[in-house]
Amino acid sequence: MKKDINSLSPEARAIIRAQVSRRSVLAGVGAVSAAGLLAACGTGSSTGAAAVVDVSDTEKIVRWANWPLYLDFNEDTKVYPTLAAFESQSGLKVTYEEAIDDNNTFYGKVQGQLSIGSDIGYDIVTPTDWMAARFIEQGYAQKLDPANVPNKSNIRQVLSDVGYDKGRQYSLTWQSGFAGFGWNTQKLPKGVRTMDQLFAPANKGKVVVLSELRDTVGVIMLYQGVDPASNFTEDQFMNAIDFLKGKIADGFIRQVKGNSYAEDLKRGDANAVIGWSGDIFILKSESDGKFDFAIPESGGTLWSDNMLIPSTSTHKKNAEKLMNYYYEPAVAAEVAAYVNYICPVEAAQPELEKIDPALASSPFIFPDAATLAKVKVFRSLSADESTKFQTAFDEAIGN
Amino acid sequence: MAFLHAVSTGKSATKSVLKSRSLTPYLLLAPGLIWLVTFFIIPIFSLGSTSTMVRPDGAQIGVYVQELRFANYVDAFIANQDQYIRSFVYAGLATILALLIAYPLAYAIAFKAGKYRNILLVLVIAPFFTSFLLRTIAWTQILADSGPVVSAIKVLPFVDELFRINNTSTAVVIGLAYNFLPFMTLPLYASLERIDPRTLEAAGDLYANGLTTFRKVTLPLSMPGLVAGTLLTFIPAAGDYVNAAILGNPGTKMIGNVIESRFFAVVDYPTAAALSFTLMATILILVTVYIRRSGTDELV
Repeated sequence: MKKDINSLSPEARAIIRAQVSRRSVLAGVGAVSAAGLLAACGTGSSTGAAAVVDVSDTEKIVRWANWPLYLDFNEDTKVYPTLAAFESQSGLKVTYEEAIDDNNTFYGKVQGQLSIGSDIGYDIVTPTDWMAARFIEQGYAQKLDPANVPNKSNIRQVLSDVGYDKGRQYSLTWQSGFAGFGWNTQKLPKGVRTMDQLFAPANKGKVVVLSELRDTVGVIMLYQGVDPASNFTEDQFMNAIDFLKGKIADGFIRQVKGNSYAEDLKRGDANAVIGWSGDIFILKSESDGKFDFAIPESGGTLWSDNMLIPSTSTHKKNAEKLMNYYYEPAVAAEVAAYVNYICPVEAAQPELEKIDPALASSPFIFPDAATLAKVKVFRSLSADESTKFQTAFDEAIGN
Repeated sequence: MAFLHAVSTGKSATKSVLKSRSLTPYLLLAPGLIWLVTFFIIPIFSLGSTSTMVRPDGAQIGVYVQELRFANYVDAFIANQDQYIRSFVYAGLATILALLIAYPLAYAIAFKAGKYRNILLVLVIAPFFTSFLLRTIAWTQILADSGPVVSAIKVLPFVDELFRINNTSTAVVIGLAYNFLPFMTLPLYASLERIDPRTLEAAGDLYANGLTTFRKVTLPLSMPGLVAGTLLTFIPAAGDYVNAAILGNPGTKMIGNVIESRFFAVVDYPTAAALSFTLMATILILVTVYIRRSGTDELV
């Protein structure tokens, strides 16, 4: 995930933009594939691991795997201020790793170890909704002890109950964002708010869409009048796939990719995209409004990344302490000021106002009811659906 | 041990020295063998066994059971034959393009560069100092719609307004040829450099013109390098998926992209494994035929 990287040099930003893409397929090519192949050997049983012993009281550590540029960072002192504050306050040593840049690759990397119950090296992982659902369903997540996470109640209403985790027993939202339309305001001064505007004749060969099934297909389904949060049918899903295939065959869609689509926008290879709010929000602030984002009139998607304690973690109580800490409004506000994604703690708004009033009023960080009414969370898919739908999607995009 | 024996009984000493000598080659081979077994033989078996597995209905994602279903290979091939054929076509085109660029380059470095030879060689290898990924991403800037190359071509009168290079098959082939160019250049250089200049002089003495000298002397003598270079380019290019992912479009995906997608996105390990095996087997057959036909098996 890309966060506020304005503070970096332009070269560094370009490299990060290009390389650290949230769902980039290219991450860690060789090493990861090899790890994945070996992991594949151990796929026989995967019904969660045996109970682990919590050694939190003796080993004062927490190990956290998160997406890149997803936590407040001080360039000058090279520390994560909120994390440093947590360490001195709790006496715990936190190992923070930007270890996830693609849900699928990360899963491929840790699945083998999870299935045989050997430590994956993290006490908190931060997968996106559907991957969090897979962790929970396969028994790879530990249930949170509500007594250790009292701040859990601070969670934004819309996130407090999700299909894959009723009542948030296993997970807590880290940050959320929207998928919708992004466009170049110089080439398309009227903006892009409907699917017809996205696929206007002038945009032929100049549209890039996300390689994230749930966002691209979700937005198309909403355009076709199907709610991706509802119990839609296979036919309804395949209709959306056909629409996507048609636009690729017609030459309208130039490429389907992870968040390096931001590069296509900047280079002028794309006029408009189906993209993520946070990315385009950052592009906009970097370029004096050359790019803009809108949730489609027919609706957009809302996704979240979620903190989970993997089944192999032996530092559960420490991990819970850390989760609880980030649900304190003042701390959540500090993170929001840096990452510019939707803050999961609503009460952080007055706190953020003290730091940056303009950000506090942004609907990208604290969305109002009207904005939230326009977005849907793609429902969890069963294992059979997931296999079938993901195959259909990947075939549609040429894989 | 052997030394102690030697002191006590002279006869068995000779024996045990012989014995330890005969062990030496195995000990020398051991690190390589252990490495091969751990990181090649075992994964190959695991890959092979995965390729015939089947996903039971309703099973969790990533759970497969062994049913020795060899039809997986047929299914995987039929479903992805476009990308499969495309991989070999692109790899072939990239190899030819790389050869056309690398041969004159290697020739110039070997025969004409003089004191600049070492600098030029370093320049050939220099791209390896940066990441493969970054170099490929750099091409998206060079070939961008409003970038220098496309703008220059658009000046020509007959070029369509919608003309572009990024996200086309042309870009993928260019990327492949570029990324593997050093693998083509270095073996070519190595065999050209070994040619005794007196053979070229002799050809001239026998009234061969430049072209004939090249055709009858230089080219045949550089064949080992040419064969090695084309193989070193073709094999990785056929399995590459980075160039197609970054420089291509949905219609230019190669078999590597399919394997990657089946493995990570769909979590369909059997199809990914079957495709990997088919790819390996095809490359092996092509390479064997190629080496046989070029008559250089003793050199490669």
